[in-house]
Order: sequence, then C-alpha cells, then structure tokens
Amino acid sequence: MTDQNNPSNLQPDDPDTTGHTWDGIQEFNNPLPRWWLWCFYLTIIWGVAYTVLYPAWPGISGATAGILGYSTRAEVSEEIERFDALNADLRTQLTEVELASVNREDSPELYNFALQAGSATFANWCSQCHGAGAAGVQAAGYPNLLDDDWLWGGTLEEIQATIAHGIRNEEDPDTRWSEMTAFEGILSDEEISHVVNHVLSISGQEADATLASAGDGVFLDNCAACHGDAGMGDRFLGAPNLTDAIWLYGGSAEAIEETVRHSRFGVMPGWSGRLSEAEVNATALYVHSLGGGE
Amino acid sequence: MSDYLKLAVLGLVTVFAAMGANYGLDVAYKVHAWIIMAVAGGTFLWQLRRTGEPAVPVPTGEYMDGPVRAAAIATAFWGIVGFLAGVFIAFQLAFPALNFDWAQGYANFGRLRPLHTSAVIFAFGGNALIAASFYIVQRTSAVRMWGGGLSWFVFWGYQLFIVLAATGYLMGSTQGQEYAEPEWYVDLWLTVVWVAFLLVYLGTILKRKEPHIYVANWFLLSFIVTVALLHVVNNLSIPVSIWGSRSVQVFSGVQNAMTQWWYGHNAVGFFLTAGFLGMMYYFIPKQAERPVYSYKLSIIHFWALIFLYIWAGPHHLHYTALPDWASTLGMVFSIILWMPSWGGMINGLMTLQGAWDKLRTDPILRMMVTSLAFYGMSTFEGPMMSIRAVNSLSHYTDWTIGHVHSGALGWNGMITFGMLYYLFPKLWHVKLYSLRAVSWHFWLATVGIVLYAASMWVTGIMEGLMWREVDAQGFLVNSFADTVEAKFPMYVVRGLGGIMFLSGALIMAWNLWMTVRSAGNKPASDLVPAE
Repeated sequence: MTDQNNPSNLQPDDPDTTGHTWDGIQEFNNPLPRWWLWCFYLTIIWGVAYTVLYPAWPGISGATAGILGYSTRAEVSEEIERFDALNADLRTQLTEVELASVNREDSPELYNFALQAGSATFANWCSQCHGAGAAGVQAAGYPNLLDDDWLWGGTLEEIQATIAHGIRNEEDPDTRWSEMTAFEGILSDEEISHVVNHVLSISGQEADATLASAGDGVFLDNCAACHGDAGMGDRFLGAPNLTDAIWLYGGSAEAIEETVRHSRFGVMPGWSGRLSEAEVNATALYVHSLGGGE
Repeated sequence: MSDYLKLAVLGLVTVFAAMGANYGLDVAYKVHAWIIMAVAGGTFLWQLRRTGEPAVPVPTGEYMDGPVRAAAIATAFWGIVGFLAGVFIAFQLAFPALNFDWAQGYANFGRLRPLHTSAVIFAFGGNALIAASFYIVQRTSAVRMWGGGLSWFVFWGYQLFIVLAATGYLMGSTQGQEYAEPEWYVDLWLTVVWVAFLLVYLGTILKRKEPHIYVANWFLLSFIVTVALLHVVNNLSIPVSIWGSRSVQVFSGVQNAMTQWWYGHNAVGFFLTAGFLGMMYYFIPKQAERPVYSYKLSIIHFWALIFLYIWAGPHHLHYTALPDWASTLGMVFSIILWMPSWGGMINGLMTLQGAWDKLRTDPILRMMVTSLAFYGMSTFEGPMMSIRAVNSLSHYTDWTIGHVHSGALGWNGMITFGMLYYLFPKLWHVKLYSLRAVSWHFWLATVGIVLYAASMWVTGIMEGLMWREVDAQGFLVNSFADTVEAKFPMYVVRGLGGIMFLSGALIMAWNLWMTVRSAGNKPASDLVPAE
C-alpha cells in the first residue's frame, strides 16, 4: 500500500473514498449519476422494444421478422416500383415511338421525360469519359458531344446505334468497327514526316510547304481510302475529318505523328443490355439535343 | 541455456529469411525477407557477444522504465509520420495531381491510405498504449515489470511489425481487410509479439503488491485480450505459398464482411476506446491530483462497455447483403452502448471537481479534458450514425471520415499528447521544457480538429444528400463527379486542419526533445515503493 493517506488530494467537503490507493490515486464512493442510470435503462427498454418491432432475433433456420414486417429490401423495391408505375406509360412510348418524331412541340411530355431520363443516364454512365457537361476530354480520345462534328454520324438513329452497340466493342456483333493502320514500318520515316506536314497544312496549321507537298502522294496512296482525297473523313468508316480544328487525339505535329505511326483504337462499350431500351433511346434524344444533333 | 536456445532460434530465422529472399515470389515478400534476415542476423550477433558474459544484476528495486521511455519516444515519432501521411493524402484528394506519375504503384492514394490509418492507429496509438500499459501496470501494482527482457522484446517486436506493415503497403502487399491489411506472416509475427505483451502484463498484475486491481488495468487488460482475439479471427487465412506474401481468407462473402466489421468496429472499441480509457483513468487523476469520481460508475460502465461493444459491428453493414436481423441487432447494441461509453467521460470530467481552476493554468490538463469532450461527442455521434435511417444518409460519405477523426484526433490524439507531456518529465526526472509550447500545441490541435470535423460534416451530409437526390420522375439528379467537384473547397479546409494538427505535433516533438536534452545523461528509474 502506498500513500494510503494522501491528504493533499482530498479536500474538506469530499465524499468518502473506497479506501484503496494506487500510486496515490484514490476513488470516491459516489453513487451512479441518476440521469446516467435512467438514460441507460431507457436505451435498454427502447432496444428491447425495437427488436420486437423489427427483424432481430436469430433462431435455428431463420430470424424473427418483427411485428412491423419491415425489410430493407422491401423498402427499396417499393420505392423503385412507385417510380416504375409512375413512368410505365412514358417508358413504353419511348420504346415504340419513331425517335425522330419526338420533339418539344408535338409530344412535350414524352420529350421532357426523355431529356430527364437521358441526362440522368448520361450523368451516371457516360460522364466518366465524356465529362459531366458532355464536352469530352480533348486530345485524350473522348469525343466532345456538344459540337456538330460526328465521327459515326449525328442523326438520332446514328447516335442511338452508337449508344446501343458501342464503338469497336468486341462483345456486340452490331457494333461500329474500323481500324486505322499503324504505318510505322509501312511508311519510311521520311514519308511519315511528309504526310504529317500534309495533314498539318490541310488542317490550316503551320507546315513546311516542301514537305507537305511531298506528302500529297503519300496521303493519296495510303490515307485517302478512308479519310477521302481531300481529307474530309468518312462517317461510314468512322474516319475523322482532318481539315478542321477538332482533334480527338491532338492536332500537334507530335500527336499526328504518333497517330500515323501507331494508330488509334478508341473503344466505347455498348449499353443495350445494361440499360433498358427506353433508357438508351432517352440518352440518344438527350445527346442529340445538346447542340450538334442532325 | 536459454541464451543458446535464443541463438539457435535467431540463427534458424536468419537462414530461413535468406532462403525467402532468394525464393520469394513477389517484391514485398523479398524485401521483407531481407529486412527479417538483417534484424534476426543482427540480433544473433548481439546475443552472441553477450552469451557467456557474467549476467548484469537486475535492479529489482526499480521500476523498469526503459521500454516505457522507448515506447513514449516511438509514439511521438510514429505520430508525426502518421499525421504527415494523413495531411499528404488529404491534399491528394483535393489535388489529384499529387498522385505523381513517377510514384505510381508506391505513393498514390491507394497505397498511402492504409499506411496513414495503420501509422496513426497501430504505430502512434499502439506505442502510446504500450507506454501507458507498461507505466501504469508497474505503478498501480507497485512492482517491477514481470518477464525481464520480455518487455523489450514486445517493444522492438512491435516496431518490426510496424515496419513490415508499412513497407508492405507501399509495395502493394495487402489482404484487403480494412485495418488488418498486413499479410499472413506479418500477422503471425504480431500474434507472437501480442502474446508476449499479454504475458508481461498479466505477470506484472499477478505479482502485484496492491490488494486490488486498479480500474485502468481492467481496461488495459480487456484491450490486450480482446485485440488478440480479434486479430487472430479476422486474419484467418491460408497462404498461397510459403514463399509469397499472398493469402486467401478463410471466410468469404458476407461472412467475411461480418468478420471484418466485427474486427473493425472492435478495433475502435477495444484499441481506441478501452485501451485509451485505461490511459485516461490513470493520467487524469494524476494530473488533476484528485480522486476518481466514482468507483461504482467505473465498474458498471466497464462491464457494460466491454459486453456491449463486441456486438455492435453489424452497423457497418446496413443495407448490404447482411441479413436485416443482424443489422438490427448491431444498431440496437450500438444505441445501448451510448451511456456506457459516456460513463468514462463522466468519470473523467467529474474527477476534476474541486480542481477545475487548474484548467486555467495547466495546458496539459486542458488537453486531457478536451480529449474527453471529443470522446463524449464522438461516442454520441457513433450510436446516432448506427441508426439505420441516419446511416442510409451518412454511410460511404465523408461524414464517417469526420466522425472517425473527431474521435482519433480529438480523443486518442489529445489524451496521448497529455500523457506524453506528463510522462517525459517523470521518466527523465526533469521539468517540462516549455508550458507555453504546450499551449500552442493545444490551440493548434483544437482548431485543427474543429476545421477537420466541421468540413467533413458539411461535405459528408452534402454528398449524402446529392447522392440520393432524385427528381419528380425518380431520376438521379447528380452524377458522382458532381459530388466530387462540390466537395473540393471542404477538402482544402480539411487539409488545412490537418496541417494545423501536424504543426502542433511538431511543436510537441521539439518540446519533448528539449525536455530530454535538459536531463543530460542516462536517466535513473523510479524506485519501487517499499511495502
């Protein structure tokens, strides 16, 4: 026993201690605070009552269901069913209607529903690549959907097909498919530098005129089959227009050379199957409405 | 005899580690084999030089304070490492460019996040608990620590565990169990160290000279025993190869999730609550120089706390594959746990009755009292967040992060700082170098925590509301990226709070360093009081 009677720690009005001392520490013999005890009892009573109302006590092959019949799964599916019932008509219409005929004037309710559904679907499934504002990521291969420059076509049906089946999506036979040749090893370094300058010049950028004109022939022999003689591109093949200022992978000499040498192969997943037909159609209408739809 | 046995074991470990360094299937395993080989080989040589030498007489009349000093220093050191990692990953979240390309696979957020959590919980908190346990159990039992050099083994063995865990995270060695990420061989090592910890602790209690066991020791013992149980069960796994760091968990699916959160929640309950309550029950009465408020309260809230805590884990798994009945029980036990948790706060705060005036002059006591205030706040917030309806908003949001940090920084951090300011002068027999610096530390830490917790409440609740927001037709209004963008300002505020907390800790490290320097040569240990 140490410091059994350590008067320095005690004051005149102090309650009794338990009589023990450890390294000078004593303990008062105070009762449990009443409010604390009653709160503790209340939580216990509440706890027992709650386990009677809600699923709680496990047995051998199951658990008590609780007299309220509550279940988290039921709670969620009720909410989903409520909205499904609310939107059932509009959903059916969206899958049956000719998409091009849905517009603000003739079918305002359906059109607004489609834009709402489309923007929610876009925010959840498309914005990861195309950006929350659908502006894409310039030079990283994620196309801007706000402009009128379309790789595979910008009509409602074309946008719908792209969303449903994806681009270069190996899991869907109906996907859009094309593959640019990687010209490294096919063209010499000199020819590559010629054709890069040619592309720079037809897109209105600064280029070495001699090299660019030397690239005319290289372009016609190797690139024109897809990109067209004038480099205007071909939507049937997803071949981009090379004469404008819009670049999917960057328009600098370095970026173009990288594209010529090693090609590009952007992939977009197909969404039919993961999204309902109504959601795919709604998303097509939404993307079409963003500004560049044809 | 035992020296030769030690040499044989160390030699075998060294040889085995050398084989591991050669045959290792992955980088983490090989690096760890090298570390283990160096440590075991070095210890072998050290042991070899001592073998056959005349034994140094054990000063039985003195407390064994060497391991306490070492653990106190380690607490300050690992604390700063952990806080620094935390500040850095906070800014990585605000500015993703800080996930440098050249450091991908080593210093990106995913690798550093477990490094931060383990550094603060297990390295900072663990060393604080080792220091507290060893100091308190000797003082309140009035005997020298049991086990001879075993307490040194506990200290160094635990540091080796920390190094293996931390380097493993950086190299991607993880079994994917939150707060139990280290792989199988690190787990086995911690088990050995922890059993030694339990033996030292129990041995000292058993040979005590006091007739009764002091309340701090109940809490510390429950912490050591329960953590052993949690650690073993949650780390049950089968190594893919003895030469590789990968392993497969024994439980799968929802059973694994439930075991993990039984572990995860009780790591909070027994490591960060029961253990630190043990610390509180010794250092607050000492610093306040007042008797503990109520023995009855301490005994009732102790048994209620340890009985109830162990069932509360399922509240981490509301609205998941976990059956509703288990989720209900987890929630009910969490609510009933509210008052038993507050029992510790009441007992600590009321101990200041008759000594409240000391708060004006004693920044150390102020730190301890503030820690209790944060303890009370987070042990109210916890049961509230365990309610299913509240949890459906708060879960997966930053609210959880704010909750955890008001507990970790406010309660665990502040009580540990208070303990270190109390311990260093006692252990080195000098006065604390600067009380003014303690005041600075107190205010920096307090304001830092408030910034941290408040910003996380704001962003957590905002994020929860944004996630669940649907329009009249049931469509989600916000994309995930919208919520990330909206959180940015609060992420910066949180980072600033972290910087303040870290600055306070740096001031503390300097203050403690100057305190030790003023002590001069090797410090003497306190004498065990005569019967």
